[in-house]
Amino acid sequence: MTGGSLIPFGGSLEVWLAIVVIGLATYGFRLSFIHLFGRIDEVPARIKRPLRYVPPAVLAALVLPDLVTVRPSVAATLADERLIAGAVAGVIAWRTEDVTATIAGGMVTLWLFRFVVFV
Amino acid sequence: MTVDGDLLDGDAADPSDGDASAPSDGDPSGLTDGDIRAGVRDVSPLLLGIAPFALIAGIAAVDAGLGLAEAVGMSVIVFAGASQLAAIDLIGSNAPLAVVVGTAVVINLRMVMYSASIAPHFADYGRRFRAGLAYLLTDQAYALSVAEFEANSERSRWRYYFGAAAALWVVWQIGTVVGVVVGAGVPDAWGLTFAVPLVFLALLVPAMKDRPTTAAGVAGGTIAVAAAGLPLNLGLLAGAVSGIAVGLLTEVYGS
Repeated sequence: MTGGSLIPFGGSLEVWLAIVVIGLATYGFRLSFIHLFGRIDEVPARIKRPLRYVPPAVLAALVLPDLVTVRPSVAATLADERLIAGAVAGVIAWRTEDVTATIAGGMVTLWLFRFVVFV
Repeated sequence: MTVDGDLLDGDAADPSDGDASAPSDGDPSGLTDGDIRAGVRDVSPLLLGIAPFALIAGIAAVDAGLGLAEAVGMSVIVFAGASQLAAIDLIGSNAPLAVVVGTAVVINLRMVMYSASIAPHFADYGRRFRAGLAYLLTDQAYALSVAEFEANSERSRWRYYFGAAAALWVVWQIGTVVGVVVGAGVPDAWGLTFAVPLVFLALLVPAMKDRPTTAAGVAGGTIAVAAAGLPLNLGLLAGAVSGIAVGLLTEVYGS
């Protein structure tokens, strides 16, 4: 999955630069309306509406590529220990909404396939 | 439940924006304070969910080649779990700096909503004090505090929020350090970094709560998978942006 590297993460300097820039931007988001309150009391609707879709869109874009790798056949795509473990974890997340139970269920399923089923 | 002099110390009433430090305070140490303790108590069940998340942030950092200082530095400076995990993931796959930063920033955009929603509760505090409170703002501290403020108007805003948010902060930092230490000792075959998508999954499922948000999730995930081969790890950003667009379209044309 390695992409091209305009500025590859070779050294610690780039890592620290990323940390500081992300940290500053995030702090700016946190502070934004807490600081501006009184001058701007409401998030303008044009900003608020898209923000509502940031969590599901971003989280799904983070999750699915880690669970699904498109392979030549449907069967090969589906018979993937990560996808099966992810499906189990997804059901647990849906039924319990519990982070710890979701992680535990997914990891145990992954280990079953990795260390028991495919041995 | 307890009143403990909040109405006297100007929490709710004093409009003067003295730009000083903390609002005046019957209990300068704060540690024995009822409202702070209430915040800590109410956040405790959430700490159980945060602890493994923090461990995984530490484990994933080691896996991506980060050292202890970088892992802890990120947890202190960024202090936002989902964006940290995404950034670590991208750093581990050698993505360009701009993609790492852009992805993490998009993930944390939601903080603007929390900031706007909690701002009225902090309006009476001085500017510098509010700037300090803002640093601790997280999904959990926000959700817990706003719910409590609506249910209990007597509650000291900053103390309750601080109790919950600071407890989260402490657990997050300790968990990161433990994760770095543990992560260095666990064989790769265990696939511990698989816990990262599992954490995101646990956050994703409740975020898809109606038709437009579900459409946003389905579209974001599908596009991200289809675009996984794009250079510069741009698949994630492509998925996120398409998901947001599909959510908006579904809201407008959906029913």
